[in-house]
Amino acid sequence: MSATTATTPPVEGFASGLRSFGSRHSGWVPVIAAVAIFLAMLLAGQLYFGTFVSPRLLSSLFLDNAYLLILAVGMTFVILTGGIDLSVGSVMAFTGILGARLLHDGIPVAVVIPIMIVSGAVIGSMTGVLVQVFDVQPFIASLAAMFLARGLSFVVSLEAIQVSNPVFAWIQSARFKAPGGWYITPSVILSLVAVGVALWVLSRTRFGRTVYAVGGNEQSARLMGLPVARAKFLVYVISGMCAGIAGVVFTAYTGAGYSLNGIGTELDTIAAVVIGGTLLSGGSGYVLGSLFGVLVYGLIKVAISFMGADTAWMRIIIGILLLVFVVVQRLIVTRTRRR
Amino acid sequence: MKLKKIITHRLALPIGALLALVLLNTIARPSFLSITVRDGQLYGSIVDILRNSSPLMLVSLGMMIVIATRGIDLSVGALMAVSGAVSLTIIKASPRPDDLGVLAVAIVAGVLTTLFLGVWNGFLVSVLGIQPIIATLVLMLAGRGIALLITQGYITTINSVPYQFMAQGYVFGMPFAFLVAVAVIVIVALVERRTALGMLTEAVGINPTASRIAGVRSRGIIWGAYAASGLLAGMAGVLYSSNIMAADANAAGLNIEVDAILAVVLGGTLLTGGRFTIAGTVIGVYTIQTLTSTITFLGVPPAVTPVFKAAVIVIVCLAQSARVRSWFRSRRSQRTQTPTSTPAPVGDSEQTPALVGAGEGKAR
Repeated sequence: MSATTATTPPVEGFASGLRSFGSRHSGWVPVIAAVAIFLAMLLAGQLYFGTFVSPRLLSSLFLDNAYLLILAVGMTFVILTGGIDLSVGSVMAFTGILGARLLHDGIPVAVVIPIMIVSGAVIGSMTGVLVQVFDVQPFIASLAAMFLARGLSFVVSLEAIQVSNPVFAWIQSARFKAPGGWYITPSVILSLVAVGVALWVLSRTRFGRTVYAVGGNEQSARLMGLPVARAKFLVYVISGMCAGIAGVVFTAYTGAGYSLNGIGTELDTIAAVVIGGTLLSGGSGYVLGSLFGVLVYGLIKVAISFMGADTAWMRIIIGILLLVFVVVQRLIVTRTRRR
Repeated sequence: MKLKKIITHRLALPIGALLALVLLNTIARPSFLSITVRDGQLYGSIVDILRNSSPLMLVSLGMMIVIATRGIDLSVGALMAVSGAVSLTIIKASPRPDDLGVLAVAIVAGVLTTLFLGVWNGFLVSVLGIQPIIATLVLMLAGRGIALLITQGYITTINSVPYQFMAQGYVFGMPFAFLVAVAVIVIVALVERRTALGMLTEAVGINPTASRIAGVRSRGIIWGAYAASGLLAGMAGVLYSSNIMAADANAAGLNIEVDAILAVVLGGTLLTGGRFTIAGTVIGVYTIQTLTSTITFLGVPPAVTPVFKAAVIVIVCLAQSARVRSWFRSRRSQRTQTPTSTPAPVGDSEQTPALVGAGEGKAR
């Protein structure tokens, strides 16, 4: 697969370097397609509505989807190993309501936020143990985690708990303004930092290489002596941790913790990652792609609300777009294999 | 020897789980097992479970066939919403909602729509080679949108006595919905087990490449599995809408795909495809339904239900996991044989990945 070829040491010579560049290129094609669709949608919106593209719109696009972006970063790790994590939405809800409850009980925010992130990581590690140690399919293992987190959030509280903590308010509403109407909030910065860290980990560390190698071919990765078990376990911890951070951001975004938050968010996340060009079979994909997948996803929502159309269309368009991307990816993969 | 045979039987776990649940219910509520006859019709908790489980039964049987081909069908809940929406919209538009002809047209139209959508799923999976999770995710996301478009965003309600009969009527003293489920079980069993289809399905699930080389038309079999799943989901949607006499595009069949997958897995069919067991799935469905009604009865707030489900999934998965099984087996052989046998290396390595991983996680 495309990205695993990048693990070959650079000493192999110019010819293989060229060849690996060629196949790496094919891995970027879906990402480029996602970027192209994003730009095309902006252009179409501008032509259709007249005043569509504005710094305000783009800034709020990032702000409204910061939590989704963080979830997508974690999901990218999991999907790159060929797994899937269905628990992210309910883990986000659980950490959110847990944090809201703790704040309500008077625990300082400097303790609450780490607790939220760690509790996400703990649920993620449960999935990881089930997947790696007990060989349970990721789908089922994360399904169990999804139910567990959803149930636990109901245990914490059935009703929404308002969060009026100044730190949470700051995360959401502090605006660093730039001329022309651009602005950025701490939550957006947090999500972009997550993208940056993931980018670095996946492309510059041994762990990142192992993640790609496991997704490309688990058996060969194992035979190469790579720490497969560790990587497969860790990606779920990372995804859980991201869900915990997303819990912080989402709680700040809505101003409350609520146990029914994030139902179906796991599917939005998976859809965004797939639209961003990451192959569900694992081994190929980029965090930058997921970033654009989230942006495309967010832009569809904005466009639908601009048109004042039914939410029914929202679901249908997301479904169609997902389909188009998957079919395109499928064609690319078959062509690469034939070569 | 005989006891061992019973314990190691494939259906031992699902039947044991169901019996344990029934026992728990009977202790908590002695009237659980009692069935009363009123006007020649059966009433009681068990009868309720049998009747209410019908939509889940239909969906799970379809899901089982799909899982046997190494697939999964996430769209069943959305398809239920679509068939309910189509049927009820036709009945609502008709001036005579009690007319049997109108009902027949409505039901056939609803079921044919989901059959078509199932064929579409099958096309994506078998012809285009898209992974089942994603291929069916498309309709899972879009399906409810389609249902919302059909009902124009409203909850369509109707008044039709014969339509209501399907979910709430009785035939020969038995709930009609239960009889429908039984009929479908029998048909599925006949088609899968009295013809070669079941064997071919398992062959495709165990090794798609080998079975194709051996001359099995795997494409057609996979395609058919998704079509069957769509058809059965459509029937389930009609039953569901007849129970509440409304088509609710958002709530119909919500999360039923999860329950169906659980029922199939609980019954002993592996998610990795291959061998499937119809009896196991039937037992799995009744276990899930009994669990749901137990939770309601025990006064557990329904909100906490997910925790119970999570526990059930984890226990079942662990019981099915090869590592735990081999661990038990090696423990048993240790006890029966001489102590020279190696002290279960599996048990040791069991902890290492997690510990190593956790340590590394902190280091990073």
